[in-house]
Amino acid sequence: MADATTAVAEKPYYQVSTNKHSGILSWLLTTDHKRIGLMYFAAIITFFLVGVIIGVLMRLELIAPGRTIMGPQTYNELFTLHGVIMIFLFIIPGLPAIFGNFFLPIQIGARDVAFPRLNLLSYYIYVIGAIMALTSLFLPGGPIDTGWTFYIPYSIRSTTNVSMALLAAFVLGFSSILTGINFITTVHRMRAPGMGWFRMPLFVWATYATAWIQVIATPVIGITILLVVIERAFGVGIFDPALGGDPILFQHLFWIYSHPAVYIMILPAMGVVSEIIPTFSRRTIFGYKQIAYSSLAIAFIGYLVWGHHMFSSGMSDTDAMIFSLLTFLVALPSGVKIFNWVATMYKGSIDPQPPFLWVMAFIVLFSIGGLTGLVLGSLATDIHLTDTYFVVAHFHYVMFGGTGTIFFAALHYWFPKMFGKMYNIKFSKIAVVTYFIGFNMLYFPKFIMGYMGMPRRYYDYLPMFTPYQRISTIGSWILAGTIFFMVGYFIHALYKGKKATSNPWGGVTLEWHISSPPIMENFHEIPTITHEPYDFSQLKEMKNE
Amino acid sequence: MFPSPTTHAESVDFVMLYIVSISVVLLLGITATMIYFVFKYNRKKGHQPVDIHGNIWLEVVWILIPTLLVLSMFYFGYTSYREFRDRPDEAFVVKVTARMWHFSFTYDNGRKSDTLYVPINTPIDLEMRSMDVNHAFYIPAFRIKEDILFSQTNHLYFTPKEEGSYDVACAEYCGLNHSAMYTKVVVMPENKFTAWFGAPAKLQKAGVNN
Repeated sequence: MADATTAVAEKPYYQVSTNKHSGILSWLLTTDHKRIGLMYFAAIITFFLVGVIIGVLMRLELIAPGRTIMGPQTYNELFTLHGVIMIFLFIIPGLPAIFGNFFLPIQIGARDVAFPRLNLLSYYIYVIGAIMALTSLFLPGGPIDTGWTFYIPYSIRSTTNVSMALLAAFVLGFSSILTGINFITTVHRMRAPGMGWFRMPLFVWATYATAWIQVIATPVIGITILLVVIERAFGVGIFDPALGGDPILFQHLFWIYSHPAVYIMILPAMGVVSEIIPTFSRRTIFGYKQIAYSSLAIAFIGYLVWGHHMFSSGMSDTDAMIFSLLTFLVALPSGVKIFNWVATMYKGSIDPQPPFLWVMAFIVLFSIGGLTGLVLGSLATDIHLTDTYFVVAHFHYVMFGGTGTIFFAALHYWFPKMFGKMYNIKFSKIAVVTYFIGFNMLYFPKFIMGYMGMPRRYYDYLPMFTPYQRISTIGSWILAGTIFFMVGYFIHALYKGKKATSNPWGGVTLEWHISSPPIMENFHEIPTITHEPYDFSQLKEMKNE
Repeated sequence: MFPSPTTHAESVDFVMLYIVSISVVLLLGITATMIYFVFKYNRKKGHQPVDIHGNIWLEVVWILIPTLLVLSMFYFGYTSYREFRDRPDEAFVVKVTARMWHFSFTYDNGRKSDTLYVPINTPIDLEMRSMDVNHAFYIPAFRIKEDILFSQTNHLYFTPKEEGSYDVACAEYCGLNHSAMYTKVVVMPENKFTAWFGAPAKLQKAGVNN
């Protein structure tokens, strides 16, 4: 190898262009998986913060009964936007597109994903979808006000820009499908020599299971969305009951995608947990195969439970019974994961650094989310609680307390690797604590309000709910404050942070064998894998590397 | 836990209490174990970590016990649900019409009202239909709810056993004034109801009007 190339190879990935351009075009036209991961990161975090601000405004409106800062139409538009942004622009792409893109190839010892240009295309499809969603806010007609579930007939009758927002979700779906295809192929074809299926890190397993759901389930929502758009434009009578259509058919089709979609959201997060716990316990994972297979089990059973969103829709008792039973069964693999994670701490050597503390917060919040899911899987209680704040609390504990918390855990875990800088450890420990307090203040009162009969998507409420609503709103300030505090110390770390070593936590998966930040194409030479993924006896050898 | 104006509400509260009790035990167990491990096996104490790859008996235990637990939860939830879904042999039928953002009630003698009046200790059968988008009829105090659709008639059954006036909320998002779509169900003693209605409530077998 010529000397010039060797010199280039030592530079971090963000200083080396993969194309003939330099400056901004070297980013916009890059095919490097790490740079694409970072571009997703910039876009996704922006939408997340917008979603947070919308959430805070909604909570502010609800601090007292009656009108506080906005009218009902604005409120209805805001809760729809909050849902659409958080689900389609943040939580579905979040972990796979950022951390999957960045670390999946590295963890299996590859130089890039299988289809780098397709990867860039996925990114631009995501951007186009996001721009379409934003455009729908400003076109005549106004922001969509149907809720993120787009239930018919309301979404047919609404005069807001429903079609534009739906087409945005349609386009975003393609981004998700293409990323899924890319990851599946990468895992099958690009593993380093010696990396058998059961030597793959569990984050790879989880992302792989997720990729299959993305590829198989997303087309269903694509077809459904097209049918709604056709219905709105031409009134053909597929769903619209006034034309002889069936609005319940829409609900089935919607949830056939959107229930598996919640596993798209949570599975990669579970993968991250399985990375962080061994690293900070410095011992191998307990029940590797059980954790890997439970991801597949969740992905599979997750397809068969969509009807539990519709128990009160006039569904037959037999259907309700079957969906309820299957829903209880899908809880089991999640339980298996939690038990194995806690068992991984047994006889470890635990160093509770920030990423580990985030995982501890996750285990509590996600357990609350999962266990309250049992209340909703049970028919008698679901009939009372469906479409109330109880459901709102449940899915925020699962999606935000689960995936959101792990998004932050992953960021704290991999930030030094991605950017080569270390953040302020003391600040991040404070952030975990205030996050946990704010989170529970914000969402726990909603369980109580739900059982008292507070329906969801309500602009106004009965006076009896006021104290609970008030605690919830105060919690939203603590939670949002923590999030902006994190943004602050991460930005500070980018510019002023201490240089991170190549292995600040003592991890042993492949990303910790390479420099921080990684070089372009990750490895000087492709490694040959001779260890299990969480074999910490490697640590001694690694120090000599 | 809460006042129960119907037998079904008591049964739902029981299912809730059953699931929540088990959940609290599991949650506290998991959290306490985790925190205990973090202190006991803290790196500062300088233990050598032990690589334990798994234990097949533990895996069996923590699949089997949760399976039994969730099956029992399923069973209680399902049986309680069935008793609310089965139409009583004879019931007093009231037609419910929902439109954006209002409920109205039509009784078998043609009488109409905006508040639902029903006699105590009488099985009620609500025949519900929407004139526009999806709504839902939700009586939190009775722990029951059912969607109201344009395309099909859905039913809701209950037998009130306490006099009083209970909130009814629309629980399926229906647009601008969704949160104002409230009414009440007023449970009256039989003589008062007869005075209001003009006659005693007449019970009907299922399907007479359909």
